[in-house]
Amino acid sequence: MNAHDEDRLKKLLQQALPPVEGEQEPGRDLWPAVLRRLDARPAAPAPVFWSWFDGALLAGLAVFAAFLPASIPVFLYYL
Amino acid sequence: MADRSNGLLNAFRQGSPEALEAAFETLFHQHQRAVYGWILRIVRNPATAEELTVETFWRIYRARASFQPSRGFEGWARRIATRAALDWLRSARPEAELPAEIPAPAVEDAAVSAEIRSKIALAFRRLAPKLRIAATLAVIEELPHKDVAEALGISVAAVKLRVFRALRLLRRNLQQQGITP
Repeated sequence: MNAHDEDRLKKLLQQALPPVEGEQEPGRDLWPAVLRRLDARPAAPAPVFWSWFDGALLAGLAVFAAFLPASIPVFLYYL
Repeated sequence: MADRSNGLLNAFRQGSPEALEAAFETLFHQHQRAVYGWILRIVRNPATAEELTVETFWRIYRARASFQPSRGFEGWARRIATRAALDWLRSARPEAELPAEIPAPAVEDAAVSAEIRSKIALAFRRLAPKLRIAATLAVIEELPHKDVAEALGISVAAVKLRVFRALRLLRRNLQQQGITP
């Protein structure tokens, strides 16, 4: 894509999606909505889901570490 | 004036609960237009921009402990607003997004039909959000790359790369539809 093509594409893009003109203001006072949002009860933390793969990986690491205890510092290093 | 501003930012960062609330309300009223305008440039829909402005100030309040008054409020707020807009772009389907309802200058080229403009807009919305946001700010809004980089928390070189990739993908997508830009 040469500079001419790039300029042409930029112009087409600006025609399709014109830039926002001037300073825009919200259509309503947003402060009450911010206060409502702050007062809302915080969402409960997302539950942690374990897949069978996570379990298998953990079990594999545990077995590996049991047979090769010298590998534990290596695992800790990469955590 | 600078002392008052510093006092406000420090009160927001680590003031008493009463001072914090007062400082936050003042900061909200000082910056809501700028934050709204910035988000509107990215999402191009006033109702969504209002929602995301509320979301941004909620995130700002929650993240106040990490705010550094010495680095100023505006840039920090802009980064949070950009992140909120990016999260929204990631969750929204391109086809479901409403067309721009914002005042815009008439720059229509008679040779480019409304159908082609519509196809270009849709192809642009289908780009990856991180490419799209960089191209929106740097190409459509023609903002300096430095400002875009600061808002996105990346280097100027990374902005240029994202813009280049966005334009290349857009061009390829349009060519697949039989439109030669």
